[in-house]
Amino acid sequence: MEEKKLTPKERLKIPSQVMPEQDPRERIHNVDEVPYGYDEELARTEAMRCLQCKKAPCVKGCPVEIDIPGFIQSILDGNYRASINTIKLTNILPAVCGRVCPQEEQCQMTCVVGKSLKDVAKAVQIGKLERFAADWEMAQGETEMPEVKSPTEKRVAIVGSGPAGLTVAADVRREGHEVTIFEALHKPGGVLIYGIPEFRLPKQIVMREVENLEKMGVELKTNMVIGKVYTIDELFEEGFDAVFVGTGAGLPLFMHIPGENLNGVYSANEYLTRANLMQAYSFPETDTPIARTKNVAVFGGGNVAMDSARTALRLGAENVYLVYRRSRAEMPARVEEVEHAVEEGVQLHLLQNPVRIIGDENGWVKAIECIKMELGEPDDSGRRRPVPIKNSEFMIDVDTCIVAIGNASNPLVPNTTPDIATNKWGNIVTDSETLKTSKKGVFAGGDIVLGAATVILAMGQGRKAAVAINEYLASGVW
Amino acid sequence: MSEILEKEFITDSVFRMRVEAPEIARKRKAGQFIILRTCDEGERIPLTIADASVKEGWIELVVQVVGKTTKSLSELDAGESICDLVGPLGRPTHIELYGSVVVVGGGIGIAPSHPIAQALRAAGNRVISILGGRTKDLVIMEEKMRATSDEILITTDDGSYGMKGLVTDALQALIDKGEKIDLVVAIGPPIMMKFVSLLTKKYDIPTLVSLNTIMVDGTGMCGACRVTVGDETKFVCVDGPEFDGHKVDFDEMMKRLRMYELHEKESMDRYASS
Ligand SMILES: Cc1cc2nc3c(=O)[nH]c(=O)nc-3n(C[C@H](O)[C@H](O)[C@H](O)COP(=O)(O)OP(=O)(O)OC[C@H]3O[C@@H](n4cnc5c(N)ncnc54)[C@H](O)[C@@H]3O)c2cc1C
Ligand code: FES
Repeated sequence: MEEKKLTPKERLKIPSQVMPEQDPRERIHNVDEVPYGYDEELARTEAMRCLQCKKAPCVKGCPVEIDIPGFIQSILDGNYRASINTIKLTNILPAVCGRVCPQEEQCQMTCVVGKSLKDVAKAVQIGKLERFAADWEMAQGETEMPEVKSPTEKRVAIVGSGPAGLTVAADVRREGHEVTIFEALHKPGGVLIYGIPEFRLPKQIVMREVENLEKMGVELKTNMVIGKVYTIDELFEEGFDAVFVGTGAGLPLFMHIPGENLNGVYSANEYLTRANLMQAYSFPETDTPIARTKNVAVFGGGNVAMDSARTALRLGAENVYLVYRRSRAEMPARVEEVEHAVEEGVQLHLLQNPVRIIGDENGWVKAIECIKMELGEPDDSGRRRPVPIKNSEFMIDVDTCIVAIGNASNPLVPNTTPDIATNKWGNIVTDSETLKTSKKGVFAGGDIVLGAATVILAMGQGRKAAVAINEYLASGVW
Repeated sequence: MSEILEKEFITDSVFRMRVEAPEIARKRKAGQFIILRTCDEGERIPLTIADASVKEGWIELVVQVVGKTTKSLSELDAGESICDLVGPLGRPTHIELYGSVVVVGGGIGIAPSHPIAQALRAAGNRVISILGGRTKDLVIMEEKMRATSDEILITTDDGSYGMKGLVTDALQALIDKGEKIDLVVAIGPPIMMKFVSLLTKKYDIPTLVSLNTIMVDGTGMCGACRVTVGDETKFVCVDGPEFDGHKVDFDEMMKRLRMYELHEKESMDRYASS
């Protein structure tokens, strides 16, 4: 093949391939996915940019250590089946991760191409290639199912069906154990279903992954709030031999400023749950309402804030102000999400912080008071600490506020199972290698352990936990 | 899917529904609730568990038709199914021997006060129940409440049954009579709970109210259900539904309950015309 003859220098000359996207003016009127994905030609051209480094620093940058040069080479060879199979050796949700991982802080950050071109944005587009391979497989119809070993008669309960729980389910089921997932909501998928919007992660992708697990023989029980309908101890009494807790970081933080309980003030979780899980964007065809307002302020600078702001636009808002207390460089959101939000018309109010929400006589939000900020000394997180500038307060007229400043750990399971130790933030304490909690037979992973983190880190912990669960069930030794 | 075992209208707009739910029945305690969704496009709404049987594996709901979801629920019959049912949610009522407890149930609030009265009585309390409704037909479950109360008082706004007046008038009369009251539990429309709490505050009588805010998930994930209690924000679905009535900001709560008034009307009109 002619590609093989390319020298590294020539490879570095190939520009990074841009993924075609829906026009921003169009897409704010629909909820369809924004980037269309690479076609074969774009994918293979992008794959040509990979230098196939022997040391492959990208692999070390990946929390689940996908063989990145390997799967990219297979794309170049036109062997897409081999490519996706390579990815799936360590990642069961490639179609999801290709779309939502913060690649610029992981694999793409350490990519030699990006380093040589002195611009991380010019690194090989590993995430986009991952998505290409996963989408290719989906387009083929049937996915290849991993083999399930013969029954062991051991039973594992998984609490929560987010990326952590789904990963454990797959890896434990493969060993031949019986697996039951208990999910509190009426649909499985965790944040992938209720939080991340359709235009960024089509729900059909998540549902398909869950269906694949069911085809492997995993049992899924929705509408089951563990801690309420069964406690962890009762799960053991019911005959489960091990329990994995992957209940996520579903406890919305508020700012504790005056006016936060006014009508029209939402947590991002509520706003996104109404829009995504409950499909409020189709109201009144669907029954769940959501404020259809004109001037929306979103507080925060992460993915959750971007998702909320872009959802508000799609619900018909004319002005969406994203109020963030640091500058754009410090925003924790994926770079692509910030770019998409700005293209769509989200107005960034940087170095500003809300201090008060003002309501009208009916208890509805009518304005916010903000204060300007400047960056001072770096704090514990290494980011420069924002400090308010005296007497710089000003008002913005808004009729909706969305608080997207973060989530703490969901306390339901720890509260009803006191022998599972937690730290001062309410996260479950685990052994970092085995993900064992302080309670015999109970493992935990994902956001409930890490605090609000990422899909791939949740999956990474899920994989480790599954190895440890399989070992525990085989040896019986805690 | 949860199968409906029985349905019966007890007034023009209030119905009782028995639903198969063995796992919830086994675990539920007085004061707890469920969230249901009638169909795939449906909204999640919270409803208090009015009764349950562990042996027969059902829970009972008493529901007033107020919007589209309750209307469509009321149109389901025995043999049909509810798409999603989750529970038991919320913290159970704290039951102990208080002494003399007045249980105030207003309108549809009588249904959830029944299991609480039952549990309080079983713990050895003297239970006086006050049932109130706008008119005679709206005073529901009188027989059941009578069976779990040492004394029962009934009020109607129009005087068509019992004493003419509000539940607070009956409560005031009890206080004036010198009745020793160790705890008041009030469940009903927010405005009723507000005035009961204002009255008992004057006499320093501890008062529990059960709040029925708007909810989405019911697991503490969204904050739709938040209320101000004292100087703290609480989530009704996980911290409640019962709170110290003297500390609840009822005015704020009532405003929050009206947040989707226009949507609710639109949804209902659309349903009615279809
Ligand atoms: C709006 C939003 C956007 C995000 N965007 C990105 C992104 O672009 N990239 C990225 O990498 N990460 C992103 N994240 C973070 C990422 O989604 C999470 O880190 C990840 O989903 C955590 O996975 P998990 O399995 O630990 O928990 P979750 O996905 O939170 O799932 C937990 C599940 O457990 C269920 N549950 C909770 N309590 C109980 C109980 N008691 N009984 C039964 N079930 C229970 C919940 O209902 C939920 O379904 C985003 C998060 C949000 C909210
Ligand atoms: S209903 Fe969502 S937190 Fe209470």
